[in-house]
Amino acid sequence: MKEIGKHYLADKDIQVILGTLLRVGVIASMAIVFVGAVIYLIVYHNDTVDYHKFDPKKTEYSSISAIFQGLSKLDSKAIIQFGTVLLIFTPVTRIVFSIFSFLIERDYLYVLIGLFVLCIILISLSNKLVG
Amino acid sequence: MSVLLFTIIVLAGAFLAGLVGSLTGLGGGVIIIPLLTLGLGVDIHYAIGASIISVIATSSGSAAAYVKEGITNIRIGMFLEIATTISAVLGAIVTVYINPSYIAVLFGSILLFSAAMMVRKKVDHSDDNSTGMLANLFKLNGSYPTAAGTVKYGVHNVVGGFLMMFVAGIISGLLGIGSGALKVIAMDNIMRLPFKVSTTTSNFMMGVTAAASAIVYLHRGQIDPGIAMPVTLGVLTGATVGSKLLVKMNTDKLKIVFAVVVTFLALQMIYNGLAGKL
Repeated sequence: MKEIGKHYLADKDIQVILGTLLRVGVIASMAIVFVGAVIYLIVYHNDTVDYHKFDPKKTEYSSISAIFQGLSKLDSKAIIQFGTVLLIFTPVTRIVFSIFSFLIERDYLYVLIGLFVLCIILISLSNKLVG
Repeated sequence: MSVLLFTIIVLAGAFLAGLVGSLTGLGGGVIIIPLLTLGLGVDIHYAIGASIISVIATSSGSAAAYVKEGITNIRIGMFLEIATTISAVLGAIVTVYINPSYIAVLFGSILLFSAAMMVRKKVDHSDDNSTGMLANLFKLNGSYPTAAGTVKYGVHNVVGGFLMMFVAGIISGLLGIGSGALKVIAMDNIMRLPFKVSTTTSNFMMGVTAAASAIVYLHRGQIDPGIAMPVTLGVLTGATVGSKLLVKMNTDKLKIVFAVVVTFLALQMIYNGLAGKL
């Protein structure tokens, strides 16, 4: 019985740290998106929007490497995309964190399950999936 | 329409979507997609990309708050994520090959279903019968503290829950939404988890599942900074304000009003989908 209580407390501690971490991730990425948004509106405010037809070629920053190239030129769209990518990776830190806590608990079944989920996300990072 | 005007309209709409979404528990995505497609003529594939980003923002942003009021069962979350991440990636891959009309009809149907789930009275089916073979094998049974002491709960029908989560992941990947209503079915009704555990665990999974499909959308160019930016900023601000208001107000009436609005939007989506206008 005591064992369960202890686990629960450790879990709860990790949860609180993790919750804060996620919040920091969201705030940081949103701050970056906001900075990009201000520059974007200054530069492009008079342009006409055209989103009527989806065209994959129109989005310049559709890969991590392209986003970094755009960042080095301080392009506003690249800054927004960079903030967005940071946001996408925020929940992934949750998995990494959990894998470590399972490792500490020596629960190898769940270390494996966690690694498997992480792998699926990493596979989705490969460009080949979208053809 | 100029970029400035478009940004302001989407920002305002996304704020409202986030606000009402968090007050009613429906999430922001289900309103932002009809707004963009029906209201502003945006291609549904862009709307889906922007919506999934807002799902990640709200789920990660509210995680800290959820930790205080409930207890996430990380094992259940991680175990079910096997199903949701695989299916979300699959959904995100095929979505672009599907006729936008079908997507609109499917979206409308899910919207109708979510509206019904929202007004329905929730019943807690949990008990402490922890004899399920798979539940024991994967150590899914758990406990949580209450004022009256620790409450234990057993997990039922693991296979059924896993399959339902697979469906929820596909829908999430196809439509760019959190699929909260389907996750509730899987966790509350099939696996019979207590509310305290299911809401937080579902939130835990939502961000991870959405991240998996978001990366696929990003590579395909469905995440356009000009749309994703106002949607994410708007929904997140709205959801934050909403969660502050939620503590103070009774949302029963709001839910019914909102269910009517959502039903109307759903029928519009289905109609426009069938008419081939999207």
